[in-house]
Amino acid sequence: MSTLLIIEQVLNGLQFGVMLFLMAAGLTLIFGVMGLINLAHGSLYMIGAFAAAAVAGATGSFVLALGAALAVAAIAGALIEMTVIRRLYGKAHLDQVLATFALILIFSEGTRWLFGSFPLFLDISDYLSGPVTLPGGIQYPLYRLTLIAVGLLVGLGLWLLIERTRIGIQIRAGENDREMIAALGVDIRLLYTLVFAIGAALAGLAGALVGAIQSVQVGMGEPVLILAFVVIVIGGIGSIKGAFIGALLVGLTDTLGGIFLPELFKLFMEPGAATQTGSALASMAIYILMSLVLIWRPTGLFGARA
Amino acid sequence: MKKLLMATAALAIGATSAFAETKIGMITTLSGGGAGLGIDVRDGFMLAIGQSGRDDIEVVIEDDQQKPDIAVQLADKMVQSERVDILTGIIWSNLAMAVIPSVTAQGKFYLSPNAGPSALAGQGCHQNYFNVAWQNDNLHEAAGAYATSAGFSNTFILAPNYPAGQDALTGFKRMFKGELAGEVYTQLGQTDYAAEIAQIRASGADSVFFFLPGGMGISFLKQYADSGVDLPVVGPAFSFDQGILQAVGDAALGVVNTSQWNKDIDNPTNAAFVESFQAEYGRLPSLYASQGFDTANLILSALEKAEVSDADAFREALRAADFDSTRGAFKFGPNHHPIQTIYAREVIKEGDVFTNKIIGTALENHGDVYAADCKM
Repeated sequence: MSTLLIIEQVLNGLQFGVMLFLMAAGLTLIFGVMGLINLAHGSLYMIGAFAAAAVAGATGSFVLALGAALAVAAIAGALIEMTVIRRLYGKAHLDQVLATFALILIFSEGTRWLFGSFPLFLDISDYLSGPVTLPGGIQYPLYRLTLIAVGLLVGLGLWLLIERTRIGIQIRAGENDREMIAALGVDIRLLYTLVFAIGAALAGLAGALVGAIQSVQVGMGEPVLILAFVVIVIGGIGSIKGAFIGALLVGLTDTLGGIFLPELFKLFMEPGAATQTGSALASMAIYILMSLVLIWRPTGLFGARA
Repeated sequence: MKKLLMATAALAIGATSAFAETKIGMITTLSGGGAGLGIDVRDGFMLAIGQSGRDDIEVVIEDDQQKPDIAVQLADKMVQSERVDILTGIIWSNLAMAVIPSVTAQGKFYLSPNAGPSALAGQGCHQNYFNVAWQNDNLHEAAGAYATSAGFSNTFILAPNYPAGQDALTGFKRMFKGELAGEVYTQLGQTDYAAEIAQIRASGADSVFFFLPGGMGISFLKQYADSGVDLPVVGPAFSFDQGILQAVGDAALGVVNTSQWNKDIDNPTNAAFVESFQAEYGRLPSLYASQGFDTANLILSALEKAEVSDADAFREALRAADFDSTRGAFKFGPNHHPIQTIYAREVIKEGDVFTNKIIGTALENHGDVYAADCKM
């Protein structure tokens, strides 16, 4: 196995990781600030992808499509926060899971009703398509490099927002003591809607970005949602930094595990069986990673709560 | 759509009439990522039932959500409380394996409009199980034969890790005479193929064979086209069917794929099918739709000859396959799987619509290798 292949796979793992981060950041913010388990986060991812596909189909512009994905997902997020989620803050986690699961069904069937069951077409624009040659002679798709860059920029932006702005201070304060910051005169309801909308917009952006290289279809969000939960558990619930590190760890483990485990098994098994066993074990790799992290640090890498 | 509703309503009214009615249970995938396949099978099937004008047939349709446990529950419900005579509809081989052996053991007939796992074609065959589509290996064997005849000598092959994926690679390898540059099993439902594409690039292959049905194929082809790897691709029809070609877009143009059906097969039944399907549903039919249509017509042809209650006579009538198939000639082998011609098709663009055109025959009158193990 050549070094070039390994570098390319590391890039693939990074790209997968930063896209997971976009999903996990919103999820962990919402859980950290509001104490809410939002299963419908995957639906917002799907909404972003469909909004992008619809706008790209109508206008042909990929940039407009991304804008639409951000806007539509943020609006959808704000709307469900005000109509449904707001009633769930005081409730037990089981009620939240039930209600947000209902939202998944509503959004999935609603999208099917609007767009039909067949996958939609969302193509990347010409200036981002095709491979580029990196130093060392690696050919790598430009679009995937762009995804890595966008993911890192969003991560940086989010860090600046949380650490360096007034809203960030309020969000962090809300995480620690919501009664106190309400008593200090911060409109906590507005803050919650805002946080929810930011989380939703990030999910929608991830959906649109990934939808361009995969298929835009109903139910596309749920598999990613499961991974995003794994990420925030590894990273520590409520921590953006944890979500970032966790996402990269999961992305790299999943990608590299899928390549190296079958190779490893080939050393002492016949190739056909080695590929099957290796791929089966590779699909478990991230869950094994999660258990190891939890044994070592029960609250996750950067988790504060016990 | 309205016409279809009226047809079903008419069927429901028919159900209360005095005819000796036949009840058919259809379990298929109508929601989630694989829904397009189930919807095509259902629509093709209902089109044929509607065209038959028979009002003594009732079809009960349920969504299995592509989950084996749900499919088993639905099958139990249909056999025990709905008391259907015939079951059909399952798309996915892992669901088929969970349902078919138990319903045929209970004396019901099962006609598969899609899944044809090898386990049910050989030792696990059953006199009440008929497959109207293909044995899983068939289209992949045809792809192997085509790859050999196209002069490829070092192919990279990949498929998802589930019964049909394993059948796919086995089938391809059976007919392919060249070397394998690599063999990879992906996860079922996987959407990102960057890692596999990097392996293809590094493998030194001269061609790629893949079996990735539904949304998996869209993702793979789009990412493959964007990766700069420009090796020729061969595959079965499942990643190039009418439902997903539009989503794949230009990335699929020129790809050769193998299928037992295409809309330009020249026979009157097929021409009428393509035209009436378009008129009814406003889209081009896929191979899944043709399989649903053929399944319904096979049932109808057998019902002309015998009552389902007379199981032996009905089984003989099914085995005779005395109906006009959209594929032209159609007959069953000894294990109740089709013996049929499989074509090589090429993806083309007709106006704004991506579709397939037959460019040659990959395998003539082809059965399957498991038939020899089948003793019924």
